[in-house]
Amino acid sequence: MDSYDIPESTPSASSRPEDYFVGATPLQKRLESIRKQTSFIPTPPRRKIPQCSQLQEDADPQNVAFLLHKQWTLYSLTPLYKFSYSHLKEYSRLLNAFIVAEKQKGLAVEVGEDFNIKVIFSTLLGMKGTQRDPEAFLVQILSKSQLPSENREGKVLWTGWFCCIFGDSLLETVSEDFTCLPLFLANGAESNTAIIGTWFQKTFDCYFSPLAINAFNLSWMAAMWTACKVDHYVATTEFLWSVPCSPQSLDISYAIHPEDAKALWDSIHKTPGEVTQEEVDLFMDCLYSHFHRHFKIHLSATRLVRVSTSVASAHTDGKIKILCHKYLIGVLAYLTELAVFQIE
Amino acid sequence: MSPQKRVKNVKAQNRTSQDSNSFQTTLSAWKVKQGPSNSKNISKHGQNNPVGDYEHADDQAEDALQMAVGYFEKGPIKTSQNKDKTLEKHLKTVENVAWKNGLASEEIDILLNIALSGKFGNAVNTRILKCMIPATVISQDSVVKAVSWLCVDKCSGSTKVLFYRWLVAMFDFIDRKEQINLLYGFFFASLQDDALCPYVCHLLYLLTKKENVKPFRVRKLLDLQAKMGMQPHLQALLSLYKFFAPALISVSLPVRKKIYFKNSENLWKMALLAVKQRNRGPSPEPLKLMLGPANVRPLKRKWNSLSVIPVLNSSSYTKECGKKEMSLSDYLNRSGSFPLEQLKSFPQLLQNIHCLELPSQMGSVLNNSLLLHYINCVRDEPVLLRFYYWLSQTLQEECIWYKVNNYEHGKEFTNFLDTIIRAECFLQEGFYSCEAFLYKSLPLWDGLCCRSQFLQLVSWIPFSSFSEVKPLLFDHLAQLFFTSTIYFKCSVLQSLKELLQNWLLWLSMDIHMKPVTNSPLETTLGGSMNSVSKLIHYVGWLSTTAMRLESNSTFLLHFILDFYEKVCDIYINYDLPLVVLFPPGIFYSALLSLDTSILNQLCFIMHRASGNWKCGLLLDMTFDMGPWYRKNLTAAKKNELVQKTKSEFNFSSKTYQEFNHYLTSMVGCLWTSKPFGKGIYIDPEILEKTGVTEYKNSLNVIHHPSFLSYAVSFLLQESPEERTVNMSSIQGKKWSWYLDYLFSQGLQGLKLFIRSSVHHSSVPRAEGINYNNQY
Repeated sequence: MDSYDIPESTPSASSRPEDYFVGATPLQKRLESIRKQTSFIPTPPRRKIPQCSQLQEDADPQNVAFLLHKQWTLYSLTPLYKFSYSHLKEYSRLLNAFIVAEKQKGLAVEVGEDFNIKVIFSTLLGMKGTQRDPEAFLVQILSKSQLPSENREGKVLWTGWFCCIFGDSLLETVSEDFTCLPLFLANGAESNTAIIGTWFQKTFDCYFSPLAINAFNLSWMAAMWTACKVDHYVATTEFLWSVPCSPQSLDISYAIHPEDAKALWDSIHKTPGEVTQEEVDLFMDCLYSHFHRHFKIHLSATRLVRVSTSVASAHTDGKIKILCHKYLIGVLAYLTELAVFQIE
Repeated sequence: MSPQKRVKNVKAQNRTSQDSNSFQTTLSAWKVKQGPSNSKNISKHGQNNPVGDYEHADDQAEDALQMAVGYFEKGPIKTSQNKDKTLEKHLKTVENVAWKNGLASEEIDILLNIALSGKFGNAVNTRILKCMIPATVISQDSVVKAVSWLCVDKCSGSTKVLFYRWLVAMFDFIDRKEQINLLYGFFFASLQDDALCPYVCHLLYLLTKKENVKPFRVRKLLDLQAKMGMQPHLQALLSLYKFFAPALISVSLPVRKKIYFKNSENLWKMALLAVKQRNRGPSPEPLKLMLGPANVRPLKRKWNSLSVIPVLNSSSYTKECGKKEMSLSDYLNRSGSFPLEQLKSFPQLLQNIHCLELPSQMGSVLNNSLLLHYINCVRDEPVLLRFYYWLSQTLQEECIWYKVNNYEHGKEFTNFLDTIIRAECFLQEGFYSCEAFLYKSLPLWDGLCCRSQFLQLVSWIPFSSFSEVKPLLFDHLAQLFFTSTIYFKCSVLQSLKELLQNWLLWLSMDIHMKPVTNSPLETTLGGSMNSVSKLIHYVGWLSTTAMRLESNSTFLLHFILDFYEKVCDIYINYDLPLVVLFPPGIFYSALLSLDTSILNQLCFIMHRASGNWKCGLLLDMTFDMGPWYRKNLTAAKKNELVQKTKSEFNFSSKTYQEFNHYLTSMVGCLWTSKPFGKGIYIDPEILEKTGVTEYKNSLNVIHHPSFLSYAVSFLLQESPEERTVNMSSIQGKKWSWYLDYLFSQGLQGLKLFIRSSVHHSSVPRAEGINYNNQY
């Protein structure tokens, strides 16, 4: 089916936890896993190069087309308690009422019922890594037009979606009362995100945290996305470094022709289908030394804040734009991994 | 008019403060039951409780406020020279109290009267009106009285405007509104005043009921609209009228909704938030673990929530949505679930524990002591998991040193940690989320920020395998420990002592709860004790190194010995089979210390430690331990638990030998004056080279540097006129007197040690002493 395999597990802990725990509760077991996670290198030393997944191919490209070429703000999300896919209609109604109530807070009480927004919940079929991953779903807020004669489809004010791509490590640790969709992506006014997030937090006892991407993970993205085979490049490979200096911070942009980047990567890359930590480091070091040769600036002393390739572009603030339909799942898989790491 | 009333109010306030006192007492009473050994810890937490401090400050503020109100009540004193100064002072007082804690409804009643009666000037009236912020509610009577002042026209137009604005802003805090609604006609008549019109409209908008909508009022409004044009405030009132009585209003109003009244005109926004938060606080009686009222957060910073901890709400949404699904908890919820809002007492919790309606956000239990009980005993995984996720994420989100230069929320984070720690103390159990948080945050901690809270979190790490936790926590803590000041070292040792105590408590409870039937428990107990022993050895290593770094500081040594005081009690107080002794670096530093209290503490620990042997832990020892021990073994045999576990009890003969070595050294030094024989061995040749002739006596209870001053005082007491004191005169009977003198000076540890380790019946002269531990 799909070629994904679980990242190499950390060396098995030699101690036997059952020696210490009279009755290990699920939480104690969870703590065990966190200990292992924290005590070794936080990320596995090797990852798969994103592949086009079978599941995604089954899905209608039209369905997910609108997810591409949009800037999404990333959040991690703890498991949703008592979320049910059979109640999406009900949720639409409740969230709609909640948004209206929130927007009117502090104002005079509204009289009568006249909402000018519409909330739609819908599932995103095929947006999963394995069959075990729960179905992704989408929440849209549309402005309802005042005149009935106008197009019924109003303007999209806000979009957000929840997904879980290869979230096995998280799925294993929670019971069936929970739905694990650790990655949340939002596009639209932040005030809307806040209201909707609040509703989800109140309704499903979950917790949203902004998901920032540190420089270490950005380098991984750069390497993995450079390694992807793209039929035709739509964007140059670009890196942005930030130098903290006063009065204004200095940004260094470094653009490379995508084919050159690919050539560099191919010269470094050894194991087919996989990316290792050494390769990532080497890739970045090559870029650094090239830049140093020309400009006498050590980029390694600055901070990587943005990476853009033909596959996707990511900003350290937790913003992402996915460009390539083929690698959509691959990009999301890595983001899910980061989100899971943040909530564990 | 109401001095009596005010007195009553003060009484009421006192009552509430007593309530919070009783919270402390009941809480500690509850905790004392957990185990007597724990009482120290509890009283400490009790002292830390900030409630006391707030009360004190509040009392003073209360007095000043009473004076200020009294002053305003009397009215301006024309003759007084520093009239302005006094006035200013009292105004300031009222303002400060109002913005900080709000005013009681009686005070508002008086001050509102003053502001509208025109006794003072316009500026003063304005200032008084602006600070009419209720502590909780405003009485309806005050409002009615105030409105009556408007009729006599004693106050200026601007004061009237301000009053109406105040009334609109505070509308929700007026306790009842029937009387006010009776004044509807009066308010409606005020619409004619152009300046007042917008505010009166807003008030009417809030006040209007269906029966208030009358044809003549509709006509009046339409007239006004014709005169003044389409004003949003008039439109608002009209649309409301139209809603109540569509037949009366034929004019078309704009359908599209607009904001009729601007919230930005509200002068009291911040104050309102504070009042709301005060009023929302969980019901007063049993729900005591809430953030104090002084912790009002200035403004919302995060998504919609005023506080970090979610408000307690029953899970209405989930219930509504999950109707069709019939999981067990749904079923329980459905059949006569018990609403959280009604949960007020512990007996209620017990009666309804099977059908409790759980909060929609589990994090809210942190502010509710009853629900904390619930999550402490419930074994429902989803409940615990929801709480776990919430707490982990909130800690991560709030932690200030995760974010560069984000120290403005430091106070908030500290308060949050305090709340968590209070809950942990209350439950006598740590949260796993906190442990996971420590794993992630300790490596980044600077050792300064929220130090006290952070170290308390360390002391509440749930019991676990030490070797697994060590690289994650203690190695990071050690780095800070070695590089920080002596005070930091002491605080770390203190919190490690509390950690040990918490672990022991947990283990001792656990052993007694589980039936001792199958073998897995035995291995578990062995493993557990191994973990505890590793912790103690680790602290031993920290202590030895710290003593070297801090050049044998007495202060530090006190904290180290405090830790070992806990260690020597493991078997006796907690029934756990483990004996660990301090490392030599600590023992000899203490034995040779210049500080009497250190030596006293050392004696006490040695006395307690010898208790372990007397309790028969050494049943299997192959040594001949002398008749005294054998006599005491029978008692120990009664302890079945020990019988069962002793086979697993990893107690080496090395510890026994070590203890005897220490004991021999101590007795040799302090009692028999043979300091360098069996205990501390120093080559006689080296001793000769030092040139000290009388070295044998030099460390006994008379000549030991830390006892010398006692010996001198003792001799001076005997014969005050003596110019020279003769130390060697203390022997025979005098020796016993001297010992009694020492004991009377509060050296209880020494007393216990000598009583237990030295045969007292024998001749009290050094040479003639037998001590029973010699083998």
